[in-house]
Amino acid sequence: MAKIQLENITKKFGELTAVNDVSLEVSDGEFVALLGPSGCGKTTTLRLIAGLEVPNEGRILIGDKEVTKLPPRERDIAMVFQDYALYPHMTLLDNIGYPLKVRGVAKPDMTARVTEVATELQIGDLLERRPGQVSGGQQQRASVARALVHQAQVFLFDEPLSNLDAKLRLEARAFLKHLQQEVGVTAVYVTHDQAEAMALADRIAVMNYGRVMQLGHPLDVYRRPANTFVAAFIGSPPMNLLPCEVDINAGKILFEGDRVLDIASYRERWGGVLKNGRDITLGVRPENIAISSTEVPGSIPSRVYVIQPLGGEWLVVTQVGGELVSVRLFQDEAPELSENVWLKFDLDRTFLYDKNGDLLQ
Amino acid sequence: MEKRPGVFSGKVGLTFLTPALFFVAIFLILPFFWIFYLSFTNRTLTGVTAANPQFVGLENYQRLFDFDQWMRYGQFGNALKITFQFVLGSALLGQAVVGLTVAWAFYRRKGLLRETVFTLAVLAWIIPEVVVAFAWSAFLDVDRGTLNTILSAVGLGQPDWLFDYPLLTIIIFNTWRGSAFSILLFSSALETIPPSYVETADVVGASAWRKFRDIIFPLMRGHILTDLILITLWTFNVFTPFLLTGGGPTFRTELVSIYTYRTAFKFFEFGRGGAIAVVMMLINFMLAMGYLIALRRQKAVS
Repeated sequence: MAKIQLENITKKFGELTAVNDVSLEVSDGEFVALLGPSGCGKTTTLRLIAGLEVPNEGRILIGDKEVTKLPPRERDIAMVFQDYALYPHMTLLDNIGYPLKVRGVAKPDMTARVTEVATELQIGDLLERRPGQVSGGQQQRASVARALVHQAQVFLFDEPLSNLDAKLRLEARAFLKHLQQEVGVTAVYVTHDQAEAMALADRIAVMNYGRVMQLGHPLDVYRRPANTFVAAFIGSPPMNLLPCEVDINAGKILFEGDRVLDIASYRERWGGVLKNGRDITLGVRPENIAISSTEVPGSIPSRVYVIQPLGGEWLVVTQVGGELVSVRLFQDEAPELSENVWLKFDLDRTFLYDKNGDLLQ
Repeated sequence: MEKRPGVFSGKVGLTFLTPALFFVAIFLILPFFWIFYLSFTNRTLTGVTAANPQFVGLENYQRLFDFDQWMRYGQFGNALKITFQFVLGSALLGQAVVGLTVAWAFYRRKGLLRETVFTLAVLAWIIPEVVVAFAWSAFLDVDRGTLNTILSAVGLGQPDWLFDYPLLTIIIFNTWRGSAFSILLFSSALETIPPSYVETADVVGASAWRKFRDIIFPLMRGHILTDLILITLWTFNVFTPFLLTGGGPTFRTELVSIYTYRTAFKFFEFGRGGAIAVVMMLINFMLAMGYLIALRRQKAVS
């Protein structure tokens, strides 16, 4: 196992800058997820680590060795592809054993090692079959087995679960998490599925437009988004983002339609960083809003737009001026609400973002 | 209620097919049997046997396979031998290898070089034969040809290509002429291989040769087989070298197709020409059968 360091990596494809000045360090044995919408540069970043692409600028280190321009085979990595890349003309035994075969391992040793790994992954009795003769989940395991079969320093996963159906995906996710805890591999995992990233990773790097928008522990990223992009990307439904003005001297936040929120007691927290109180965005997660049918101190009025049952919880969507604000209620019964309700934000979990979308803290 | 035949029913379909089948029958099937019949006669274009051809049994075939004669210049056996060398050289070693090499060299690459190479290859393939033959005659001319001008400029002499190396020349000519098909077929076959297959091999450290042997070749086997059989068939029947060499000098480039032509249309011995055509047809038929059997076996495997 080894750590990975990316130092100011930039990768351009013609005019397009796929990865823009990204720096990232993955510690020894750490599992980092690269999360972002399609086209955000996460897969390119992974391919740069793999050596399938060469950066225009910056350095890449694996362990203590600079590998920026080295071909993939000199980086001691293993990679799992989205389509598994199992060779249809080979049996699972030959597929999983291929890295060993290339390295010149003798056939009996190869078979023994493959059987060992495959048995661990519960596909030990399928080794004589070809990829086309086993299920999608088993193919996925086989591709993971091929990555595990030679003890590489670094594991790279390129959306390995996105070709599975929903039920299998949950199963495979649990299996990967278990595996990661057991083997303790250094791993970089690309996904567009935030639930997957949250569930698996030690740290998440949220990417957009080729940049890392936030890097942190999954819960930190969730609870304290560093900018409005992360706030709007993470969470289902995502964080509510409301344009507002802040009059820090008066201790008030003004929303559209003359709605005023008293934040006098939070003057300390935001006072130092708020230079200009205009063009501010307030962010608060749907579960950090209390809703009531009567006016309570420190709340703002709104109208109920729609109430959606989500099984164990309810999603109440309300209108504050022209903006929709989602509120999650964890209760069994349908909420009994009048048309006009008051929203009280948990100000400890409420964040202000400047006009560039960056967190004011 | 009576059921009306659907548009795609057998009867209606046959009705639509009839005109086409009629012409196929007249221009393909009838001549086939006509040739078959001719091959057992001594029919010629002129003279007595033109008006009253006689049934001669297997005489034409016996003359074709007259083993005392047949390896001499201008005889059938010799033509077969030359054709065999020609097919081996220009189809199997030439077009297929060039096609595979070019396709693999430009695998998942874009750019001017690829476009140029592919365009030139396709041009060589689609330009009319007469134009191509004329261009090559000009290219290969002993004194003023482009090739010899270049060669003599660097002091390599001025060989008379069509006289000194006639077979080699038409082999190279036909490789140049026909490689486009193999290049295009192999390129499109390569396109169907997911990039992750090759990248996986890159990551585990397989060499270029290893990638080709372990992954690319097995996945392309069906296409390679198709290519080999098709270009063998085409090269076996190709006539264009005649425009360059006329089958000479002294029959040294007389392919079976040229031999057939010479027999049937220079001496107008239709009976003998028919016999050669039937033998060629049988060889083609065997090649095609081999192709179909191999293809079926390939399907059964995958």
